[in-house]
Amino acid sequence: MLTATVKEKIISVVSAANFDDTKTGRLVYSYDATPNFQSMPDGVVSPRNKEEVSEIVKICNEYKIPIVPRGSGTNLCAGTCPTEGGIVLLFKHMNKILEVDEENLTATVQPGVVTLDLINAVESKGLFFPPDPGSMKISTIGGNINENSGGLRGLKYGVTRDYVIGLEAVLPNGDIIRTGGKLAKDVAGYDFTRLFVGSEGTLGIVTEAILKLIPVPETKQTMLALYQDLEAAAKSVSKIIASKIIPATLEFLDQPTLRVVEDFAKIGLPTDVKAVLLIEQDGPPEVVQRDMARIAEVCKEEKAVSVKVAQSEAEAEGLRTARRSALSALARLKPTTILEDATVPRSEIARMVNAINEIAVKYDLNICTFGHAGDGNLHPTCPTDSRNHEEMERVEKAFAEIFEKAIEFGGTITGEHGVGVMKAPYLELKLGKEGVAAMKAVKAALDPNNIMNPGKIFAKDSRKRVVVSR
Amino acid sequence: MTTVQEQQRIQTQFQEKMNQDELLNCMRCGFCLPTCPTYIESGYQESHSPRGRIALMKAVVDGLIEPDEDFERSLDLCLGCRACEPVCPSGVNYGHLLEEARDIVNQNKKFSMPVRVVRKAVFKGLFPHQNRMRGLTGLIGFYQRSGLQKVARGTGVMKLFPESIATMEKVLPKVPTMKEMKNRPEHLEAIGTKTHKVAFFSGCLMDTMFLETNNATMKLLQLAGCEIVIPKTQACCGALHGHSGEKEDAKALARRNIKAFEDDGVDFIITNAGGCGAFLIDYDHLLKDDPEWKERALAFADKIKDISQILVEVGFHEKVKLELPHQVITYQDSCHLRNVMKTASAPRTLLKAINGVEFREMQNADRCCGSAGIYNIVESEMSMQLLDSKMVQAKATHATTIVTANPGCLLQMKLGIEREGLASSMRGVHIVDLLVEAVKE
Repeated sequence: MLTATVKEKIISVVSAANFDDTKTGRLVYSYDATPNFQSMPDGVVSPRNKEEVSEIVKICNEYKIPIVPRGSGTNLCAGTCPTEGGIVLLFKHMNKILEVDEENLTATVQPGVVTLDLINAVESKGLFFPPDPGSMKISTIGGNINENSGGLRGLKYGVTRDYVIGLEAVLPNGDIIRTGGKLAKDVAGYDFTRLFVGSEGTLGIVTEAILKLIPVPETKQTMLALYQDLEAAAKSVSKIIASKIIPATLEFLDQPTLRVVEDFAKIGLPTDVKAVLLIEQDGPPEVVQRDMARIAEVCKEEKAVSVKVAQSEAEAEGLRTARRSALSALARLKPTTILEDATVPRSEIARMVNAINEIAVKYDLNICTFGHAGDGNLHPTCPTDSRNHEEMERVEKAFAEIFEKAIEFGGTITGEHGVGVMKAPYLELKLGKEGVAAMKAVKAALDPNNIMNPGKIFAKDSRKRVVVSR
Repeated sequence: MTTVQEQQRIQTQFQEKMNQDELLNCMRCGFCLPTCPTYIESGYQESHSPRGRIALMKAVVDGLIEPDEDFERSLDLCLGCRACEPVCPSGVNYGHLLEEARDIVNQNKKFSMPVRVVRKAVFKGLFPHQNRMRGLTGLIGFYQRSGLQKVARGTGVMKLFPESIATMEKVLPKVPTMKEMKNRPEHLEAIGTKTHKVAFFSGCLMDTMFLETNNATMKLLQLAGCEIVIPKTQACCGALHGHSGEKEDAKALARRNIKAFEDDGVDFIITNAGGCGAFLIDYDHLLKDDPEWKERALAFADKIKDISQILVEVGFHEKVKLELPHQVITYQDSCHLRNVMKTASAPRTLLKAINGVEFREMQNADRCCGSAGIYNIVESEMSMQLLDSKMVQAKATHATTIVTANPGCLLQMKLGIEREGLASSMRGVHIVDLLVEAVKE
């Protein structure tokens, strides 16, 4: 509960219309896209500019009230679930594209801009903003920055981090700082831009961002390759890259996923194959042609049972359907869908997928794996039912083992979803005690009162996640 | 205003009646948000989004919140356009959840006296009775033909009504006479080679106020090679009742219609109103708890098809020459035709087949125009906000003809044209009327 004084102070900053502490108003910001996490905030505040953000932060810092900045609430690590109450900060007023600078190839935006709106706006000027998370139709740039979102184009073009070159942020004491700029080179002090990207709202509040743009690729081609053997598919991935070709898309579906997808979408996928690769290349037409021909050769050499290059955009769209339907198909199987993002070096993909399948058998679970094979970012997905507590225990254990395997293969617990609350208990697996301590020191230095999205990234104890918390 | 006792009753019934599996199926991914007109128009308020509404329903079931006024407001502002359903990865049937929730709220709510009288008159006294629908339409006809309309407009008495109604009065079609409405065919032979035997669902509003559109529909079916039966005992589809929390009335109408169409041995039951079609195709869900009717409802629902769909399937647009004077046309989807009946490409295929016509796709043609049954009267402000956005897109196409596939959408488009002062340069038409206009025999 916010005291009357605090409420009054916040309202004096943002006006009554931008403060909501009704039950309905709070309930709809008590969750994000992460299964089994729900917790009521004490109030919902929608500032209109950075000065208002700064004033609100000062009030919260004085009264030690948690602040959870929130875009569209599509993240998958409970990063925007207000697990410790406090206020949820919305950016629905701060959603403007301030500038597209065609000379410096940058876009300056407010955090509430929807990712796809930005992509469309820059593409209309022949420019390209590559990060394309699955939720890009509604996710916000602010959210993408805070989670350092990836997407299908990560292999060739990198992730959100690679396109943020400057930030304006409000620190937990209310100070407003600017980092970086419209600069390709800038070594003036610590790289705070990179520190803030992926900080999950724990260090401050991003109020503006300068994004790097690149010219839009001229053409694109799409190919689907089918395999009777998982290793062969994985080997194709490594060999394509070893041939010095970096495809724009290199996506993977395993057999359990294929079966579910075909059952759902009825697009004529052979369900007796063990793996499918969806491969795309973009660029100048002659390069795309040459690369696709070479990729097709590699796939055949590696015993692909079928290689199909789309002859038209409509056909390409059909091939993409297989990958795009994966989540829908899996989500329909059971009420609860646990989607993880354990990531390994791409040379370890076959081992990792095999390990996941073994773990699924061990815990008697249906785990389907698809994902971004090119960058080793896999999405082992478990359709389950949160009401079945016994099964949820097994899901818990299985994923703990999957994370351990990923680390063993030189990978990480999360490639693109973030740590949040969901994976906080596993952070030490990746970083070690010392690594966690160093990160905590940074957090404590900037946010001594721990008001910025508390309870995220760093676990309070080693208690594992999943179990419902209100 | 709901009392504490009312809230408790609503809460108990939510726990008993709401489909908990369906509520749990929402994985809160947020993919529905960008498709929701009220989420966008309310300035991204989660409480006016499908994900928010489902979370609120679930919270009432779980006892996290009470079904208070804010909760009701969230349900009330929903258009029920169901644009959230095709994009939902989990396939949550939001429309069913909304219908159930509204039914529970309305059945436990004491409406104020005037609202009760109006609801009873409309839902029980008017729509289920085709003769009374004719009577009302007849009154409008009298109003239009007697000179009363001129008087009303001249004296400015229409200014006393809310803006949407006042403008609506101007855009109502010229209604048929009593004699025309009573004298309806029951059976029509195919013209040329017969390909199918179909039944025609003539609807309540369509067979009175939009009689000409019904005639055009039957003409097209005949030309497409369909023998048509038009059962006399059919009634209003009940959509209005179902969407307004009067489920029992809707069920009674459903049973009547199923019976009326059961014994004709037809291949399909054809509709020409997306709103009706979507409700008819859902009869099996409406009657799912009624063992005697469940199967019969399913057989009925399986036969429902929109006019544009059957025309494309029998190749009407390839068989019959269609031609119009040069004009730019655009198409506004009927939400229920698109999102529930999954008919989106057929109308466009037909329109593109008309010689002389340039078809230009309007941006966000799949977004609700704000008509939504009686929404444009009860939620006038949001409805007009949606209509204004719609007209911006319509104007951007430079179309002189806006085509729709549902009477509500048609009236709303006409309303939009009137509000923009474009009545002299732009028109709104039902797709079948345009097709009949284009037929070169």
